[in-house]
Amino acid sequence: MEALVASLIGVLTAVGVYLMLRRRTFPVILGLTFLSYAVNLFIFASGRLTVNAAPIIGTAGTYADPLPQALGLTAIVISFGMTAVLMIMAIGGHLEAGHDRVNLDHPDEDQPQGQPDDHPWDQP
Amino acid sequence: MMGHWIIAPVVLPAIVAGVMVVAMRGDLILQRAASVAAIVALNAIAMALLWAATANGPEVYFLGDWPAPFGIVLVLDRLSAMMLVLLSGLALAVVLYAIGSGWDGKGAHFHALLQFLLMGIAGAFLTGDAFNLFVFFEVLLIASYGLMVHAGGGTRTRAGIQYVAFNLVGSSLFLFALALVYGVTGTLNMADLAEKLPALPEGDVALLRVAAVMLIMVFAIKGALVPLQFWLPGTYGNAPGVVAAMFAVMTKVGAYATLRFGTLVFPPDLPATGDLLGTLILPAALVTLIVGAIGTLGATTLPRLAAFAGISSMGTAFLAIAAFTPETTAVALYYVLHSTLATAVLFLATDLVSRRRSQLRLEESAPPIADAGLIGALFLASAVAMAGMPPLSGFIGKLLILDAFREQAALIWPVVLVSSFLMLLGFARAGSRLFWLPTATVAEPAKPLREPLAFCAAFALLAALVALTILAGPVTEWLSGTAASLYDGQGYIAANRLGQEG
Amino acid sequence: MSLALIAALPFLGALLPGLMIRAGRDACAAMTGAVTLLALVLLAVNAPTVLAGGIVQTRIDWLPELGLNATFFLDGLGLLFAGLILGIGLLIILYARYYLSDADPMGQFYTYLLLFQGAMLGIVLSDNILLLLIFWELTSLSSFLLIGYWKHLPEGRQGARMALAVTGGGGLCLIAGMLILGGIVGSYDLTVILEQKDLIQASDWYLPALILILLGAFTKSAQFPFHFWLPHAMAAPTPVSAYLHSATMVKAGLFLMARLWPVLAGTPEWFWIVATTGLVTMVVAAKIALFKDDLKAVLAFSTVSHLGLITMLLGFGTKAAATVAVFHIINHATFKAALFMTAGIVDHSAHTRDLRRLGGLRTLMPITFAIALLASLSMAGIPPLNGFLSKELMLEEAAHTVWLTPWAMGVLATIGALFSVGYSFRFLAHGFLGPVRDDYPHTPHDPGPGLWAAPGLLAVLVVLIGLFPMASAAWLVDVVASAVTGEGVSAKISHWHGLAAPALWMSLVAIGGGLVLLGTYPSLRGLWDATPRPEAKPIFDAVIEALAATARALTDLLHNGSLARAIAVAVLAIAGAAAWAFSGGGHTSGTRALLPVDMVVVSLWAVMLLAALITPVYHTNRLVALILTGVVGLLIAPLFALFSAPDLALTQISVEVVTILLMLLALNFLPKTTPVESSATRRLSDAFVAGVAGAGIGWLAWAMLTREAAFAPISHYHLAQSKPGAGGTNAVNTIIVDFRGYDTFGEIIVLGIAALIIFALSETLLRSPTVTRRLASTPRRREDGDRHPVMLVVATRLLLPMAMMVGVYIYLRGHNMPGGGFVAGLVFAIAYLMQYLASGYVWSHGRQRYDHHVLIGWGVLVASLSGVGAWLFGLPFLTSGYDYFTIWPLQEFELATASIFDLGVFLCVLGAVLLALASLARLGLRTGEAANTRAFDIDPAKETR
Repeated sequence: MEALVASLIGVLTAVGVYLMLRRRTFPVILGLTFLSYAVNLFIFASGRLTVNAAPIIGTAGTYADPLPQALGLTAIVISFGMTAVLMIMAIGGHLEAGHDRVNLDHPDEDQPQGQPDDHPWDQP
Repeated sequence: MMGHWIIAPVVLPAIVAGVMVVAMRGDLILQRAASVAAIVALNAIAMALLWAATANGPEVYFLGDWPAPFGIVLVLDRLSAMMLVLLSGLALAVVLYAIGSGWDGKGAHFHALLQFLLMGIAGAFLTGDAFNLFVFFEVLLIASYGLMVHAGGGTRTRAGIQYVAFNLVGSSLFLFALALVYGVTGTLNMADLAEKLPALPEGDVALLRVAAVMLIMVFAIKGALVPLQFWLPGTYGNAPGVVAAMFAVMTKVGAYATLRFGTLVFPPDLPATGDLLGTLILPAALVTLIVGAIGTLGATTLPRLAAFAGISSMGTAFLAIAAFTPETTAVALYYVLHSTLATAVLFLATDLVSRRRSQLRLEESAPPIADAGLIGALFLASAVAMAGMPPLSGFIGKLLILDAFREQAALIWPVVLVSSFLMLLGFARAGSRLFWLPTATVAEPAKPLREPLAFCAAFALLAALVALTILAGPVTEWLSGTAASLYDGQGYIAANRLGQEG
Repeated sequence: MSLALIAALPFLGALLPGLMIRAGRDACAAMTGAVTLLALVLLAVNAPTVLAGGIVQTRIDWLPELGLNATFFLDGLGLLFAGLILGIGLLIILYARYYLSDADPMGQFYTYLLLFQGAMLGIVLSDNILLLLIFWELTSLSSFLLIGYWKHLPEGRQGARMALAVTGGGGLCLIAGMLILGGIVGSYDLTVILEQKDLIQASDWYLPALILILLGAFTKSAQFPFHFWLPHAMAAPTPVSAYLHSATMVKAGLFLMARLWPVLAGTPEWFWIVATTGLVTMVVAAKIALFKDDLKAVLAFSTVSHLGLITMLLGFGTKAAATVAVFHIINHATFKAALFMTAGIVDHSAHTRDLRRLGGLRTLMPITFAIALLASLSMAGIPPLNGFLSKELMLEEAAHTVWLTPWAMGVLATIGALFSVGYSFRFLAHGFLGPVRDDYPHTPHDPGPGLWAAPGLLAVLVVLIGLFPMASAAWLVDVVASAVTGEGVSAKISHWHGLAAPALWMSLVAIGGGLVLLGTYPSLRGLWDATPRPEAKPIFDAVIEALAATARALTDLLHNGSLARAIAVAVLAIAGAAAWAFSGGGHTSGTRALLPVDMVVVSLWAVMLLAALITPVYHTNRLVALILTGVVGLLIAPLFALFSAPDLALTQISVEVVTILLMLLALNFLPKTTPVESSATRRLSDAFVAGVAGAGIGWLAWAMLTREAAFAPISHYHLAQSKPGAGGTNAVNTIIVDFRGYDTFGEIIVLGIAALIIFALSETLLRSPTVTRRLASTPRRREDGDRHPVMLVVATRLLLPMAMMVGVYIYLRGHNMPGGGFVAGLVFAIAYLMQYLASGYVWSHGRQRYDHHVLIGWGVLVASLSGVGAWLFGLPFLTSGYDYFTIWPLQEFELATASIFDLGVFLCVLGAVLLALASLARLGLRTGEAANTRAFDIDPAKETR
């Protein structure tokens, strides 16, 4: 079972990184989402795997390590907030610049006022 | 004994920000008043904490009254207190500048975000728990995201996206590292780690070393250490000038965390890691120094120039950190103080220029700016400080570093000296282009901006820099004591009263 | 103390001119002069001690750890230079008052001048070589400002930058040299170092130190091949040139060589480097000077040449030569300053400095001519003027010095002298003699005494020293030379050394040759113009430009704004470092008993793996990609549940739902597809990077899962204390709200900040014209007739209270069973969200009594205050208490203060989610989405009629 979880974490990480290496904001955000899935599983995994041992006192003889679960909760919530912020920034960047590229074309490009949208704004 | 005051630097900004959000949303004046008042109070508290830490040594605050390592603890020691003083001092200048320049009005929630940023940074300086350090990193980061895109704008927002995305990678790395630390050692309290790690079984050493490296990499991202510096120029170059000035202390959070872990958790005498950190950081620091200097000479806009100068100064700071000896650490701390103030002044000067100049590119000439005299003086002073020219603290810092690295002089001296030569050239070119104009372009008259408060704030920072220079003697003496205390972790560990109830 | 004060005075005084200029130019100049005079007086007070052979010292500790202290000392050498700096400084201040035009900001000028003066004084008075370094670099900076004083002249800017680059760069070498020197001796105090000749010259580090220090000195004193910056510094106003290039800045290098002469000189290395450089500089510069037409250019190269002469004498390393050097320093300062000022006067009244356009000034400006005559004859070395005396002594020394061959030095020295006679005569002949012309740009005439007083005074000195050397100068020379050489000196200066002295014949040759040069000048000039030679400035500029261009190219190449590359580099760097670290430590594979494979998990695993792996393939269609992401995210929840983490499962599922909803909303404002922009190879390399990361993390996970922690995990305490200590049976929840409530405190604040940012940014966006234009032009998808169907509306209304009940329940049970404030908040949020979905933003928001901000703010406040509350009981932040209560008819139940904190969590989460969604909705309205003000699209009232 451990192998399954470990491989899953690895794959999620890889997918996340790959998507983050794309050149548009949306896939980058999805990539971060995948990465956070991997992270949360990894944190959870630091408490090792147990079945039927929910850390509710009095429900079982042995309990799963509750600490990584708590840390995981914190991590989930934080990454949720981060994703939301990145999302609104992506929207903002797209609305301001007219395209949703992540790369800053020129190191010090000036405010692109009405520059031609290589990526047509109104598309189906 | 400071008791509850130890957590004040975290709770005070939180409550003030909360009140701002609830009651002062619509009223900028109220927000300004509250913000300044809170930061003034923060300064007072920080000073008191500094005094206490110097007098009584490390003091621990047990949150929720749970014993370490089971609960979370805050640890006040000389280092954390010093960083708090630095933070609150810088914050005061920044908030006054923001008010004076009207930056804070150009978007919603500037002051609330600033307070949250202070809360996050203060929390990061104070915490004695590795995972809690992550939490407060996130607090300060997300606040910085908000400030970064404050007042919006296409390029700025898109630069913000890069900043956020890259730092989220850093945060993920942080979590991987922390989970690994817990998975291997079963604890998160830093003092507890320091106490347990020497007894780590041989078979777990490799994994711990990996965790250590991952942690250092996280801090290196914050500290903009090559090859993890790519996020910085775009971010600092596009952030509002006043925000960039505030960010000058955020790179130092990386330096702080590196020092804390490198001296407490993974000290040089820990068999498992040994000189792992040093050997990793030293070359990176040297490259950072050069990359920053080259960037200073090659930058095409003033904000980018400032950003690269900042990178270069981080390289110098990490250079001193990398040696991990009490002497060099004292130097590193002095340089951290200097670099924070100098970078901030430079960014404020940059902002004063940027808001008066029709366009930012350095090659193209623009009409003369208003108040050129004052701004020119400010720019000159910050340039002198950043390039490490006398008479400001940058030169003293450089002398200290050169002196500290006599053994490796052949390698390190040329790098340090050449890089400051490049910066000298870069600043001279930029400055003479910005402030000495060919008669040809003295055409349209520049409109003067009335912002005395902004100037006062900027020059106040400069005054602090001067003070740091004049008081170099006593300051370095105090810093030597601080560095020494870092290397015997016993006081810090003992204060945690590990495993003892109450 | 007084010494420190002398050095400090100009710096303190530097503020005054800027203020005094408001009181008029005279007041400004007077104030500057007063400051200088005061310093001069203080110096004079100390002079007797020094002249009597003693030294004066002051010491102020600055940075003892480093050995950098504000220690000053005054001996003969210091006295001479300080005297020159202040004395000539006074004359310059007077001269500049009348030289500067009304257009020039005089306050600024005097401020810069005083800064420079202070820096120079610091150099010559420092008793600590680190302190000396500080002043040294300060002269570079302040001269940068002085040379660039005429901001409108491009030459000024370039000249200033060149001077800064060369002298500043040399200064950096000097830093290294001084640090080495200090390292050898073990002290940075000059007085200590000067005692350690043998130690220093025996050290292996002697040569490096010597070379680095000499680099500093040569760049400053414009020695070949660094001589090129000095002529370009002539773009400065003439008073600046007169000050910097006669008495001060360029003499700093000589001072340094003289200062360290006792410990550095006397070795073959010293002789060969210093004497040779000096000799070459002297001859080359003198030759160039001969062919310059600009008066100031002639003087500039002549200065370089004379500096070379002095350097050469110091290079000889003999006591006698050093004495001559000192004497010539004095003489050169007098006649050269005078000449610069006369050149300025000529420029001032004739509006040109070009020798080809001048001539005949003798009759037009007799006073100026008289001064120029004396000074330039002295420069030429014509008896009985002071220049002659030191030149003669120099030739004598040269004649007796063996360099390559016994005679080479003598011959070359003579040639140098010959050239200098040549250009001195030309300066006079072409400038002042000859017929009066009628084509001057402006008819010349003698200026008022304000301008000629200063040079006149100097000319008098030239004559005095020339006629009565022993009475007027020898005593000073003795004191200074003794200070330089460190042994008693008594100079014998006379005009006649008898026929046997080679110097006599050498000077005769020089003078005769000089006359020949002048006579044959036109033909020589033709030859000179015909011969091509390298111009220093273009070369220097090219080098600097190339440097800057490279730097820029490198920087832009490195930081090209590509996020993907930044991340790829970071990933590989981290992986590499981690692998390297791993290889450096012992590793044993884990021995933990593995769980048996369970089919449910396998199937979950398979589905998630599939969904994840095809996402990169289909990600160009964003909706598909989002759905696939959601699938993975949702399936993680049951995985958590199976591995006994119900709280994680609950949170994961609710967060996932909200996240997906948010992304769906966001997709409204973003393109619906991602264009394929990266080449196949690029995608391959990306895949490789991703693979590295995945493999690394996967391997770490495996290594971790298969081993036990090295030490007992601290969580055993949490399990043990959950009920008795924190009063909850759900250990995870007690950790969240109690053991590690402080983490949660930070966590909800992150959430709150996120919402604030979303709000702030959308506000900014709505204010941007570009954005509103783009929003308005967004094509709206076809709106079906009933966007707000009655059934849905009714259902959501009914559901609202139930959902809230559930939320409350989850909130209350949280402490003991899976749940808690966070999940409860999300449930509430979803319940509200459904109202928005059912009846639209405008209608629902109309019924919103309070702003979402309030929820967030109160959330933060409640959480904070619940923590602060503990202080009242003298307990630390976030300490929670709990007790059991019974209120009839309810059963006994528990109340924990932790639940107040949890309430803060609840409020913050609810507010954050709602604020975020509301902000997005407000953006949506700008796309022209129909804003319905009624609950339904169809009005029931109308329908019934």
